[in-house]
Amino acid sequence: MGDHHHGPAKGLSRWLFTTNHKDIGTMYLWFSFAMFILGGAFAMIIRAELFQPGMQLVEPAFFNQMTTLHGLIMVFGAIMPSFVGLANWMIPMMIGAPDMALPRMNNWSFWILPPAFLILASTLFMEGGAPAFGWTFYAPLSTTYAPPSVTYFIFSIHVLGLSSIMGSINIIATVMNMRAPGMTYMKMPLFVWTWLITAFLLVAVMPVLAGAVTMMLMDIHFGTSFFSAAGGGDPVLFQHIFWFFGHPEVYIIILPAFGVVSQIIPAFSRKPLFGYASMVYATAAIAFLSFIVWAHHMYTVGMPIAGELFFMYATMLIAVPTGVKVFNWITTMWRGSMTFETPMLFSIGFLVLFTIGGFTGLMLSIAPADFQYHDSYFVVAHFHYVMVAGAVFSMTAAVYYWLPKWCGRMYNETMGKTHFWISFIGFNVTFFPQHFVGLAGMPRRIPDYALQFADFNMMSSIGAFIYGASQILFLYNVIATIVAGKPTSEEKVWDGAEGLEWTVATPAPYHTFETPPAVR
Amino acid sequence: MGFISERLRANLVYAAALIATVLSGGALASGSKVNQMDMSPGVTNTGQAIYDLHTAILWICIVIGVVVFGVMFYSIIYHRKSKGYKAANFHESTSVEIAWTVVPFLILIGMAVPATSTLIQVYDTEDAEMDILVTGYQWKWKYEYLNENGENVSFFSNLRTAQDEIYNTDEKGEHYLLEVDEPMVIPVDTKVRFLVTANDVIHSWWVPELAVKRDAIPGFVNETWTRAEEIGIYRGQCAELCGKDHGFMPVVVNVVSKEDYAAWLETKQAEAAEIKALMAQTFTMDELVARGKNVYQGYCAACHGMNGEGGLGKAIAASAVATGDLTKHLDIGVNGVPGTAMQAFGGQMNDVDMAAVITYQRNAFGNNMGDMVQPIDVFNHKKG
Repeated sequence: MGDHHHGPAKGLSRWLFTTNHKDIGTMYLWFSFAMFILGGAFAMIIRAELFQPGMQLVEPAFFNQMTTLHGLIMVFGAIMPSFVGLANWMIPMMIGAPDMALPRMNNWSFWILPPAFLILASTLFMEGGAPAFGWTFYAPLSTTYAPPSVTYFIFSIHVLGLSSIMGSINIIATVMNMRAPGMTYMKMPLFVWTWLITAFLLVAVMPVLAGAVTMMLMDIHFGTSFFSAAGGGDPVLFQHIFWFFGHPEVYIIILPAFGVVSQIIPAFSRKPLFGYASMVYATAAIAFLSFIVWAHHMYTVGMPIAGELFFMYATMLIAVPTGVKVFNWITTMWRGSMTFETPMLFSIGFLVLFTIGGFTGLMLSIAPADFQYHDSYFVVAHFHYVMVAGAVFSMTAAVYYWLPKWCGRMYNETMGKTHFWISFIGFNVTFFPQHFVGLAGMPRRIPDYALQFADFNMMSSIGAFIYGASQILFLYNVIATIVAGKPTSEEKVWDGAEGLEWTVATPAPYHTFETPPAVR
Repeated sequence: MGFISERLRANLVYAAALIATVLSGGALASGSKVNQMDMSPGVTNTGQAIYDLHTAILWICIVIGVVVFGVMFYSIIYHRKSKGYKAANFHESTSVEIAWTVVPFLILIGMAVPATSTLIQVYDTEDAEMDILVTGYQWKWKYEYLNENGENVSFFSNLRTAQDEIYNTDEKGEHYLLEVDEPMVIPVDTKVRFLVTANDVIHSWWVPELAVKRDAIPGFVNETWTRAEEIGIYRGQCAELCGKDHGFMPVVVNVVSKEDYAAWLETKQAEAAEIKALMAQTFTMDELVARGKNVYQGYCAACHGMNGEGGLGKAIAASAVATGDLTKHLDIGVNGVPGTAMQAFGGQMNDVDMAAVITYQRNAFGNNMGDMVQPIDVFNHKKG
């Protein structure tokens, strides 16, 4: 009890046994970046094979393993843990808490992740190959017709679901109980708000995913027929359960990204966030709607028309709160005094490209038109605009924004801006042409394609290599900053930044807010 | 300023010309065009309605995008610190916030009305003049013409593109990956109802120009329809990931005049009668092996390898099954191995082809069993 001001332990045990939110946040961030590189490498294999028509590099079966693992690793290994890492680092510092509410569970929720992904990645070396049924793993392709490695996949999903649930419980407990005196709910930074709502979504839907994979396990090993019509089950049931998890899941990914952008845009506009309250309500509305729109992923399964109409109307409604958010961000910029450092560039990139992804999302919500879009490259383009230009751009902005606070050193601004422009151009060259081939009739998840799609696919592959290469620049910039960046000890690294995290010393000490700050 | 706008105009003209070139570039006889950038209205009423809906919503989005991004870029250009712009301090306005909640809502209602009526049209499968049962298999389609007089017409439609083209040892043909050995044939100006199902995993039957996409789900039968208004060949693909060769199971629909359709149907019915006659025949070893080789390449090679070396499925060469008990071998061919990807092929190929392919497997790839199966043996085995 005596020594509150001890520093971190030395060596490996610091990381293995740590209960410090900053250490755990750091581990989450590095782990997710490693997964981002791994998932990205799979994407490079996919784009290399699709560079030209014909099979050149890999076999169709392996191609399917690549699309499957790329999706799973990017969603569960890269994007989700990166935002959990950010939550670990920033939430206690933003609400004036000394640490997370449940530090030991925090350690555990991180440390079960690497084994889970080790198991998932190890399926690549198993007989029959890795899962090859897409990240959406529709039954019966993922049950009766799956490779034996599917059982390892199921175990891995169970474990990472456990990790997500523990992480979310921790965030909910922290936000509800550990706020500094005077930090009322409606004074919380938007990033904290979006994460609080996200955590509730996670607690609600991760058990549903666990249920889905458990039913698969039963079908595969214990003779049940949940998803097999031959035994009285229903393959479409799987899709309903999966998307009841899966649609909230996409908001789990994007809501914290909204939170990040809502911190950064006001900072570099030197003007308070426009419509704070409506931002909170819009986030809550999006979260609510996410539970009643799942079947818009399934317009072609043959639902009754009443069901199609319900899901179409509900889905279209999402455009309203999402529009409110976009308008609020732009109005925040309006008549601000803007500068364009790297975090701001990535946030504006997010704003433009996410909005384009929102537009295509609105188009996809129109059920009759979806009969042409569904499962085509148009969908691939759409969700990469929201996942990559949405979540990943926002995450990148967050790293540039808070990195000086984390390590007390300034990153190289020129290199950061170069990273942005290469990413921005690479991303659009990759994914914009995919709208065209999708509309022209190219299905997704195919290892080879008809000749009329060749030019746009080649363009797409070139863009992907550019975007991929730009991440090496990012890694280099981050490491160079940590090792030899220009030291800074200013508490408020950015002159327009607001929030408690900018009141602590730079670099942020190992323990912050051991006595709660006063919040006006 | 004058100089800049001149250059800008020149660039815009150049860009427009480029897009026009790309859009019109090298049209193919049918199917999507080279470098096509937009949805095709296709050749059906429904397709046109969907295309109009798509175009309307795309333009609504473009207009909103131009306004929203216009405001944003105006702000980015003029409200910057480097120009000495001082930040305002407003952060809410109830009336503005209500306006930008209500206006999008009204726009959405405007979109929902035509969307609903088009959806009702897509779902109207009543009063079809003919029915075709479409069954998805790993990795081919089976078409069965129902309600026809005389012999039932039923056949599989397999990818015709040669492995040499796929593996780049031969030049790729014009319809690379979008060509089949036997297309579906339907008459023009006729409402055709498709009953869509699957035999193994979920597939999805998609022909963009007929505006039809419907999931083929094992154990369930989905309904959809089309009414093609132009004679032609329309090409599509399986749209739902269905395993290894998902990218290699195209859909080709040949829309012909009503007279040509009647003639085609007559030929197919005669063929069906002929197969029936063949079933009663006894074949020599050479005949069976020759026929079996073709059947093997069409049905078995995808999983078991061109030379029986195995792959997704077990090896045939020197396998316990192909060099073991003949009846057991035949049973696996007819009934498959439950719980694995080895399907029951008894319903997929006729008895002549089944007899031929079993015989071939037992007498190829170094398997020298010397025994053979006749169509009548297959028939008796199926009867039990």
